[in-house]
Amino acid sequence: MLNNIKQEVKKYYSPSTIKRFMVDSSVPLLFIVVCLLGVYYSKLPAVFIVDTLLERITRNLFLVLALIIPVIAGLGLNFGIVIGAMAGQFAILMVKHFGIGGFPGFMLCIAISTPIAMLFGLMTARLMNKTKGQEMISSMIAGFFANGVYQFILLFLVGTLIPIKNDILVLANGVGVRNTIDLSRNGNLTYSLDNLLKLPLFQVLAAAAVIALLAMVADYHIKKRGKKASSIIQYGFKALVCLAVLVTSIAVLTSKSPVRNVKLPIVTTMVIAGLCIFNSIILKTKLGQDLRTVGQDMHIAKISGINVDRTREIAIIISTIFAAWGQIIFMQNIGTLATYGSHVQIATFSIAAILLGGASVSRATNGQAILGVILFHTLFIVSPKAGNNIFGEAQIGEFFRAFVAYGVIGVALGLHAWRKTMGGRKKKTTVVSE
Amino acid sequence: MKKEAVLQMKNIEKAYYGNKVLKNISLSVKAGEIHALLGENGAGKSTLMNILFGMPVIHSTGGFSGEVRLNDEIVEIKSPFDAMKLGIGMVHQEFMLIPDFTITENIKVNRETTTPNFISRTFKSKRLETLDHRAMDSDARKALDTLGMGIDEWTKVAGLPIGYMQFIEIAREIDKSGIKLLVFDEPTAVLTEGEADNLIAAIKGLAAKGIGILFITHRLEEVLQAADNITILRDGELVATRKKKETSVIELAELMVGRKIQILNKSGANNGGTDQREKAIEIKNLEVKMPGEAVKGIDLDVYKGEILGIGGLAGQGKIGIANGIMGLYESTGEVLINGQNLVLNDTKGSLRAGIAFVSEDRRGVGLLLDASIEYNIAVTTLQVKNKFLKRYGFFKQIDGRGVRQHAQQLIKDLDIRCSGSQQLTRQLSGGNQQKVCIARALTLEPNVLLVSEPTRGIDIGAKKLVLDLLLKLNKELGMTIIMTSSELVELRSICDRIVIISDGGIEGILPPEAEDREFGLMMAGEYKKLLGKEGM
Repeated sequence: MLNNIKQEVKKYYSPSTIKRFMVDSSVPLLFIVVCLLGVYYSKLPAVFIVDTLLERITRNLFLVLALIIPVIAGLGLNFGIVIGAMAGQFAILMVKHFGIGGFPGFMLCIAISTPIAMLFGLMTARLMNKTKGQEMISSMIAGFFANGVYQFILLFLVGTLIPIKNDILVLANGVGVRNTIDLSRNGNLTYSLDNLLKLPLFQVLAAAAVIALLAMVADYHIKKRGKKASSIIQYGFKALVCLAVLVTSIAVLTSKSPVRNVKLPIVTTMVIAGLCIFNSIILKTKLGQDLRTVGQDMHIAKISGINVDRTREIAIIISTIFAAWGQIIFMQNIGTLATYGSHVQIATFSIAAILLGGASVSRATNGQAILGVILFHTLFIVSPKAGNNIFGEAQIGEFFRAFVAYGVIGVALGLHAWRKTMGGRKKKTTVVSE
Repeated sequence: MKKEAVLQMKNIEKAYYGNKVLKNISLSVKAGEIHALLGENGAGKSTLMNILFGMPVIHSTGGFSGEVRLNDEIVEIKSPFDAMKLGIGMVHQEFMLIPDFTITENIKVNRETTTPNFISRTFKSKRLETLDHRAMDSDARKALDTLGMGIDEWTKVAGLPIGYMQFIEIAREIDKSGIKLLVFDEPTAVLTEGEADNLIAAIKGLAAKGIGILFITHRLEEVLQAADNITILRDGELVATRKKKETSVIELAELMVGRKIQILNKSGANNGGTDQREKAIEIKNLEVKMPGEAVKGIDLDVYKGEILGIGGLAGQGKIGIANGIMGLYESTGEVLINGQNLVLNDTKGSLRAGIAFVSEDRRGVGLLLDASIEYNIAVTTLQVKNKFLKRYGFFKQIDGRGVRQHAQQLIKDLDIRCSGSQQLTRQLSGGNQQKVCIARALTLEPNVLLVSEPTRGIDIGAKKLVLDLLLKLNKELGMTIIMTSSELVELRSICDRIVIISDGGIEGILPPEAEDREFGLMMAGEYKKLLGKEGM
């Protein structure tokens, strides 16, 4: 038995597999190092970093997770989530107009945004089905176009064709929506989800680790799969991670560091966890397998009788709806809606984040999204201060993070194109035609 | 006897844009029979299969006439999906496998076993049901066991040997419930000999289970090894149906190739005494890495003033030779032009050495489709020889008038039918496009002209004109021409010698008057083997 396990360990952790792991995850590994250096040189207090990071993660992660399904369906990184975000903002504006606040207001936003996002998603998907192979650039341009329409509706049609009399929303001359809208006035939407339930982060982590450990032990005994060496290793690895989390949490809780008081918005976290679960459960269904097949090879999917266009439409509609919801979660945390600006950078930043986590144009997982968001925001938090401390100039840190956000997207697209042409060449030479 | 026929195709006719490609074809496959469908490229095999599978290309071009019966019932197959439901399966020549999927997933593509769950019941949607991996794995296991494959069903397809991939394709087809007829489209084309033997054994095993097998190939030996009955197509017509016991490789070769040949090149002046004649090109151990048309080491001499034909089946490497000489694909070896060494992989160098090339890919490589005829004619010369240029110090400008005069002269000489030298080549017919290509090659004033597939995709009248033109260039200007073509008839009508390429090498060189069966055997790559065996 022990020998078996040793062999398995050797098989999975041989120099060559480790090397491949290092190459495959070079981007996240590099940025983990950069982030750690940034944290060190910024000299920011731990409680500030943890608290800010936690807020930013819960605020943004949902949007980033919305990117995964289109990647699986072979549509690449969906820059069209900007359009979903617009649907979310339309809903927020409506709910603001009705003056409904709190959790009911939040749920109403979700309810109103869903059908709008479905429609927008369908239209985006139709466009992408007409431009197969250029989905990313078409979704990006569709986003720019939609932004124009969005501005036209909100700046010109509101108050003229759409009769709205609302001093808080509409500009003083009665036409057009205001530039910034405070979500806490006239029905408070600010923190309408986050503040439902907040618990200290490390207590929650400790509890979660204990529950996970118990669940694993139960699972191990019920399924009795333990006979395979590889699954023992997997169990062992998971158990180690849980133990590590548990120990760290207890260490933090028993220390006198102010970090132990950092609070986690439980409901928001559960919503995000729900989306993670959705993303993995959908893959276990027939629909998920169809999405994967279409993503791998549209031609084979088609001749096997899968309705390729419809499947792609579903992927984009799902992504757009999640983007709308994600934007609502984002806005309720920020508390101020910049009517013409809040959605503009959403796609770029979300995509940069997921790429930092090690995703690519053709592969993305929940884990990569989570890791990516953590890295991306750590970089955002620490780089101005680190730049200031190292170079005596905060601006350099700013440059660096802008450079990272766009640079990583550029590199990912370049890598994808390169792999595609290399793959194409390989295919051509191995499969002799006719 | 007819009652046990799984598939009957009766009086099938099909035309593409008025051009008949299938004429009155009838075919019948019995349960448990292995039926071979034999024919050259373009004989109509693929079109017949497209009809059987209801491919969109058939229905978008006006359908076909005749009837298809399955188990003695007339069926209407409108899409590949219909064919699948009726129990007709196809093992594709290019594998329809997804490399990142496991074997099970590939076998079960879009036929996944699912179990209902809470959500799928709520939404009444089959698509939301959970995948039953265990059931799928056991089905896949069963199919693999039927074929005697020990490989684990959860292995990813990526990286498997090609022979395995073929078997996975077969496993997918036999996993489909109620499979009655299985079509193999040139299944051995990509396999090694050992793999091919395994495959044929597996096919025989399937037939023994009562599945009708339709086996498309042009390898004659395999046909005799595997098939019970053989149907031979040529030029869209049914030539013969033979029983295996009553035929031989030689007869099959003859039937596959044979047709009336009109030899246009009657002078015969070029035929005698090849030994003393000057060599225009010497090719030594040329290898060309052209995907799908790889050349694997060829030695060939081309004499001045001859028309040399290069023939063979598609994918054997005949196309690669000219492309290799022109430096369009990576090549190694030695090529001497008039005794001078040619630097390989340098297209400009090849052009400067006096070789002109008319590509087989007329619309892709051959023409600038959205440019005028005159520019198309001048462009290569302009680039290579700096002709048709006016110089102003550092700047150069195209000499528009010179280009036009030259183009108009060639349009007249070659009889290019167009509205004027400024017409876009995209708007021309295939034959006239080909003439523009030849005109451009002539503008280079080459010593040697390489022409690949000069008559592909052009109608019969235009074919004759193009061939006559080549013959005229050869006779009147003494131009050496190397013509590569899939159409043996064409080669035999104008060439002095014909080289047949098989599997990237030279199978043999024949005079145009040689017998049909010799050509047939060479194209099938059986000539050398038989030569050894029977001392022919």
